[in-house]
Amino acid sequence: MGEHVIKLPDVGEGVAEAELVEWHVKVGDLVREDQMLAAVMTDKATVEIPAPVDGEVLWLGAEIGDTVAIGSAIVRLKVAGDGNVQEGDAAPARAEAKPADNAKDTPTPNPSPQGGGEQAAAASTPTPRKSQSVENDTPPVATTSPSPLRGGDRGGGSAAPIPHKVARPAGAPRPEGEKPLASPAVRLRAKESGIDLRQIAGSGPAGRITHEDLDGFFAHGPQAASVSAGGLARNDAVEEIKVVGLRRKIAEKMRIAKSRIPHITYVEEVDVTALEDLRTALNKEKRADRPKLTLLPFLMRAMVKAIAEQPQLNSLFDDEAGVIHQHGGVHIGIAAQTPAGLVVPVVHHAEALDLWGCATEVNRLAEAAKAGLATREELSGSTITITSLGAMGGVVTTPVINHPEVAIVGVNKMMVRPVWDSTQFIPRKMMNLSSSFDHRVIDGWDAAVFVQRIKALMETPALIFVD
Amino acid sequence: MKEISCKLLVIGAGPGGYVCAIRAGQLGLDTVIVEAGKPGGTCLNVGCIPSKALIHAAEEFEKALHAASGNSPLGISAAKPALDFGKTIGWKDGIVSRLNSGVAGLLKKARVKYVQGWATFRDGKTVTVETETGEQIIKAETVVIATGSAPVELPFLPFGGPVISSTEALSMSSVPERLAVVGGGYIGLELGTAFAKMGAKVTVVEALPRILAQYDAELTRPVAKRLAALGVEVLTGAKAKGLSKKGDALLVETADGTEKKIAADHVLVTVGRKPVTEGWGLDQIDLDMAGKFIRIDDQCRTSMRGVYAIGDVTGEPMLAHRAMAQGEMVAEIVAGHKRSWDKRAIPAVCFTDPEIVSVGVSPEEAKARNIEIKTGLFPFAANGRAMTLQGEDGFVRVVARADNHLVLGVQAVGTGVSELSAAFSLGIEMGARLEDIAGTIHAHPTQSEAFAEAALKTLGHALHI
Repeated sequence: MGEHVIKLPDVGEGVAEAELVEWHVKVGDLVREDQMLAAVMTDKATVEIPAPVDGEVLWLGAEIGDTVAIGSAIVRLKVAGDGNVQEGDAAPARAEAKPADNAKDTPTPNPSPQGGGEQAAAASTPTPRKSQSVENDTPPVATTSPSPLRGGDRGGGSAAPIPHKVARPAGAPRPEGEKPLASPAVRLRAKESGIDLRQIAGSGPAGRITHEDLDGFFAHGPQAASVSAGGLARNDAVEEIKVVGLRRKIAEKMRIAKSRIPHITYVEEVDVTALEDLRTALNKEKRADRPKLTLLPFLMRAMVKAIAEQPQLNSLFDDEAGVIHQHGGVHIGIAAQTPAGLVVPVVHHAEALDLWGCATEVNRLAEAAKAGLATREELSGSTITITSLGAMGGVVTTPVINHPEVAIVGVNKMMVRPVWDSTQFIPRKMMNLSSSFDHRVIDGWDAAVFVQRIKALMETPALIFVD
Repeated sequence: MKEISCKLLVIGAGPGGYVCAIRAGQLGLDTVIVEAGKPGGTCLNVGCIPSKALIHAAEEFEKALHAASGNSPLGISAAKPALDFGKTIGWKDGIVSRLNSGVAGLLKKARVKYVQGWATFRDGKTVTVETETGEQIIKAETVVIATGSAPVELPFLPFGGPVISSTEALSMSSVPERLAVVGGGYIGLELGTAFAKMGAKVTVVEALPRILAQYDAELTRPVAKRLAALGVEVLTGAKAKGLSKKGDALLVETADGTEKKIAADHVLVTVGRKPVTEGWGLDQIDLDMAGKFIRIDDQCRTSMRGVYAIGDVTGEPMLAHRAMAQGEMVAEIVAGHKRSWDKRAIPAVCFTDPEIVSVGVSPEEAKARNIEIKTGLFPFAANGRAMTLQGEDGFVRVVARADNHLVLGVQAVGTGVSELSAAFSLGIEMGARLEDIAGTIHAHPTQSEAFAEAALKTLGHALHI
């Protein structure tokens, strides 16, 4: 039997470290080759780390939320045969860990000559954290802290000491009408304490309610217990949710954007009746291999046209160096909601894509982002951003600029509104654009001109297609 | 007229009543129990206990007969055995009377006052007891009705003469030459099998298409096979019509509609039991009923405040251990404890040959309730201990939820499986999953291994089959 050390592979160009966001295994688990061990996240992309060989997990080198340097050991496996670590070791590194998303079949061996030495060091002086096994027994998220024991005096001062335990993650809720699953001793204790077991989610196998679940329930105090009385009840529970992974990235980006950039937001309404007619007609006649058009590709093309006249809007402002990088290529970030949170896949060189090309690229990136498969490259490099909440768009938004860009265009909900045509009210399809600009480098006048230009292009969509 | 008052009055000293009284006494309640017969009720005097004694005696006799036949594969031979049935009955009575005094002693130890006599309600708090020494009036804060059940009589076969109930069948002076049993439920089959082993020519008449209709056909098949081997004739789909004029035969309409005359010295009628709701003044207190039973809630409370009811008088399943659990619970409720009926399963055992155990739901019941299940069956033919006991017929079957493997039911049929019921019930009551059963070391060599194997089989990886 030998040991195989898995080091954090190079997950993208120029990335020196990555944040460990998820463990799929724990110490003692048997893993098969290609089974996912962990997920790490760089600035944008999440990369899964697969097991290069079959083996048993001996040691995990990081905790959720830790930032891990590329090349450092993250997992040690007990494997059949010699493994890649030997006593005294000078064995060449055979770390075969590889990013799983886009390079499954193209191993990226770690050529670092120091690799072997590092691995040996890690192997010979294992320093697993004391809390490792405990940590790994509990799911990484949503550890609930019990509220202070206010229930102690509930019984008129007769309070027996109430065990103060961290509540365990609640099990699956029982379907309506199903009897709570608990041993006779637990049932008796609940009955004697006046607790209806139907209120308690069991943490045991098959949702079995354990004595520990009851302890947790007691610890939450009388407010929780009085739920059975029906009606309204106070809920003093406070859940601590660790901000890790994508959420942490989003929080950091938003903090920088909002604290550094003085935003100016400009809202204008756009009559998209003609655009909608055109869109409907194009969709009706479209070739089978072409995607269904949404409003987005039209807006992208309109922006490309407007930027051609006001190139300063398509810039990255390096405020520390005091330099504005004005880009020729229009790389439009499209803010997208995914199950994990907000990500911004980027349509590169929109100036070189026609309407159909924009639509195809938006669809492809949206799918990839939702599936968590978008690469780091696809999630970075934007020079201007569009944010759209789709059908939930609202009347007005105050978009936050995607730092270090200088402009963001927000799409609000389209609705039919009465519009005065100087003789009567007529129903028109109206949509607001809420756009924010970095007021340090974009004056209000320029911002208004930019938005008015987009409005003019969208209201007379033929203008989008003529030079 | 003498008058006493107490905190708790229990009417009926069967398994429900006496357990209730003992527990109440333990909890310091001033308790009185009234019983017209001997302590222990149907179960101890004319039910579970004496029938099991006769069944055991019959088994022993049948083994000796088998040895005498010269066909024993064990190489045992013996002279033709003889049965002194009077002595058998005497032995059985000895056990019953030991248990009678045992119950009486337990009641005494718990400081329960025992009043022998027939109680009749005057109102919800007061009963009159006809005792040997005259009328006794008992006033109580709380009353528990535990009057039990009695055999059902058929109008065209009234008890008396050759027509007997299970009570008389347990106290016969001799083994009848020919015994007709009306009703192929567990009572009729247990007694019919015992008498067949002791030499009677037994015929079982069952109106339904098969015997032991409350169990599924898979479970009852080994029993039917064994009955046939013992020479017991089983007429299913047949209706008893009455006695012949001479009273020496049972008239039966068979499944194909023909009349048949079954010669019989005795006709044992075992077509079920009914709650005893008459003769003790139910009309005086006007309780709500649920069909022919007294309606109770999950704390065994009747519709009248301070009046509880437990046991057979409250409904199915009419089983001693259900009554005992209810009695214990009611005593604790009366003593101020918080209790309610939260049992997950009531095991049912049938002491036929081989025995049948059923706990929780069967596959059919689960399907009827639209529960998606997994089920697996392990035959005793693959169990070493069963082979050494010459008990290879039968199996253990586990029923579990398909989604989370929670064990919902366990059924078994086989030699001596009644003792396995403890493991089955415990598993269900504790909320065991298949993995819990499969992950428990079951002693080798025992029949209980079939339980773990059935769980493994349900999980798809039985080891010994």
